[in-house]
Amino acid sequence: MATAFSAPKLAAQPFSTISPSSQDRPLKIPFLGSTRKLRCLGSSRLNLSRRPSGPVVAVSDVVKAKKPTQNPSLLITKDEGLELYEDMVLGRAFEDMCAQMYYRGKMFGFVHLYNGQEAVSTGFIKLLKQQDSVVSTYRDHVHALSKGVPSRAVMSELFGKSTGCCRGQGGSMHMFSSEHNLIGGFAFIGEGIPVATGAAFSSKYRREVLKEANCDHVTLAFFGDGTCNNGQFYECLNMAALWKLPIVFVVENNLWAIGMSHLRATSDPQIYKKGPAFGMPGVHVDGMDVLKVREVAKEAIGRARRGEGPTLVECETYRFRGHSLADPDELRDPAEKAHYAARDPITALKKYLIENNLAGEAELKAIDKKIDELLEDAVEFAEESPLPPRSQLLENVFADPKGFGIGPDGRYRCEDPKFTEGTAHV
Amino acid sequence: MFGVVKQKMLRLSLTQIRPAVSALRSYSSAAKQMTVREALNSALDEEMSADPKVFLMGEEVGEYQGAYKISKGLLEKYGPERVLDTPITEAGFAGIGVGAAYYGLKPVVEFMTFNFSMQAIDHIINSAAKSNYMSAGQMSVPIVFRGPNGAAAGVGAQHSQCYASWYASCPGLKVLMPYSSEDARGLLKAAIRDPDPVVFLENELLYGESFPVSDEFLDSSFCLPIGKAKIERVGKDVTITAFSKMVGHALKAAEILEKDGIDAEVINLRSIRPLDRSTISASIRKTNRLITVEEGFPQHGVGAEICASVVEESFAYLDAPVERIAGADVPMPYAANLERMAVPQVEDIVRAAKRACYRSEPLAAVA
Repeated sequence: MATAFSAPKLAAQPFSTISPSSQDRPLKIPFLGSTRKLRCLGSSRLNLSRRPSGPVVAVSDVVKAKKPTQNPSLLITKDEGLELYEDMVLGRAFEDMCAQMYYRGKMFGFVHLYNGQEAVSTGFIKLLKQQDSVVSTYRDHVHALSKGVPSRAVMSELFGKSTGCCRGQGGSMHMFSSEHNLIGGFAFIGEGIPVATGAAFSSKYRREVLKEANCDHVTLAFFGDGTCNNGQFYECLNMAALWKLPIVFVVENNLWAIGMSHLRATSDPQIYKKGPAFGMPGVHVDGMDVLKVREVAKEAIGRARRGEGPTLVECETYRFRGHSLADPDELRDPAEKAHYAARDPITALKKYLIENNLAGEAELKAIDKKIDELLEDAVEFAEESPLPPRSQLLENVFADPKGFGIGPDGRYRCEDPKFTEGTAHV
Repeated sequence: MFGVVKQKMLRLSLTQIRPAVSALRSYSSAAKQMTVREALNSALDEEMSADPKVFLMGEEVGEYQGAYKISKGLLEKYGPERVLDTPITEAGFAGIGVGAAYYGLKPVVEFMTFNFSMQAIDHIINSAAKSNYMSAGQMSVPIVFRGPNGAAAGVGAQHSQCYASWYASCPGLKVLMPYSSEDARGLLKAAIRDPDPVVFLENELLYGESFPVSDEFLDSSFCLPIGKAKIERVGKDVTITAFSKMVGHALKAAEILEKDGIDAEVINLRSIRPLDRSTISASIRKTNRLITVEEGFPQHGVGAEICASVVEESFAYLDAPVERIAGADVPMPYAANLERMAVPQVEDIVRAAKRACYRSEPLAAVA
């Protein structure tokens, strides 16, 4: 059966037909708010080349699936499991702390929290190397933390202090870290996607034109369901597939764009189907399950690294809080919220770890405590950090200190003592 | 017999070709001439050969040799990995350029005209101009956005807007507008080497114009400083600031004014952001009268900024109100005579200079 990931061998033929498969089965619990059942077509089409058959192994209780024929059930080692758990708990606790700090007046402006979506961030970003890039939207605190930006730096940035990762000049929506290759933080919907495509382009350019061998950096672009109706998204799907760029487009479909339900805004709500329209695989995965996300991520990132081109991954997830801390969140059905709260990714992973004897309660509680302490320290650090000095207002507008450009000798013109004020006659 | 005929035809065709060739470059001993198009092409060529990180991206830049033939020959020389023909996706490829620039590559993004840049303006402003500031210096964006700007001939309202004032109002961008071949070559080289985002606004009608060039100009390390204006003509009675095509008009107006005894100083701004306020100020303190000329819409234009700047710095030196000459406050009409009325002409500059000097005629009524 033609599989999503063996696409490159077929010379980029679009996948317009959905192959009939006995593995197509509807989710046991219907997708609330929809008049039709959401079918797990994507994940059943994801046929990992090394496994003989069968969908990704389900971890949560909702979808029972065949286990793979190799070593039963365990998808992760203990260390990996604890790493994933710690990262998700860090994300959750950080966002809860943000909410607290906001209501105490320490944080201000727009703050968009990521509660409930941790599985996507952890599942994808923990598979990356330091040199791989992540591009995000305004909901970027947890992406920054997963990529390795210290929580002290992120918290200070949110408080607007000069010790923040962007010296207080960026804020909640504009997290940048060149050391960790987190290139934003973009407030405009869809703005990060072309930038991510450009980062992927630079990786390919370095390898092919600048001949930096082994430059196989992958870029992940995170964005939401609302963005999938934006023109830039389609422009980049086209160019990424056309030039076979090492990028993974990760849709965090949390079903709501502020108060606009995905179904009210989109003619065909199944976003993963838009991938094959451009000649790349489109995969749907349960975004509340970190292990499933991780499996899909491994394949997609591996594909990009091998130079086989982009992938579109749609993660069905949910945000437990409102769009931002200013959003009263009145439009969402409490039953829907309860349904997803029951599928909390952290609880699910905890259950998996304990049931498979990868970790004990005590160990996990120790991690919780460690994260709490880390955050207390981060808040204290941010509180005590100084506000940016007045002189910082006009800094960093240009990389070029005085804006006069670079001279023929390759140095900044303003450094040349003979470069005087007054007209330059040539 | 056929051989003889062929030889005769060959000789004929050669004599026909030769005048055309010599029109491009007159190798007289006085000075070399180069068109703006050739100047831009040579600048791109040399910068791309000097630094492998420079690449060109835009619609029709490769196989079509450039919509206005600016990138002629570059695809053959550098290959399709460095001269990229893009689909018609301004927002997409401008953003791709920015993302590549974050990682140290040096893209030159060509917009077929700057009117199309409005589809990509989100990336020019929000992800290019503001990034160095938002990231506190971590992400600099060494990108150049270039293309023709302003009115051409009879192309209608949607292809004729001048974007100088829009881009120049945004901190984080450098906005350069060349006039002569020297400006074009020197400023484009400076822009490509520059670590900040540069909006390089050319003019389609200037592409074919020839200007004399010096030997220093032809050197591959030649580049002009950014943020410095050039005094094209020294004078003492009135200062005329202009940029791009209007510099030509201003110089012609200065010749006409000379016959009436008015010695005009013409400043070619070259760089709209950062604006060379010190040169303009120094000139005002000498002449005491100012006329600003621009092609774009009058409200919130470059002339308004220069006027305010001069009032702030040199108010006591002004002997007459600042005269602003700009395009008409209407979308560009199509009819040839209306189009001529909508764009500043030499007569408008001459009249304004006389008003500034004599104050003998009342100011024209504003629509």
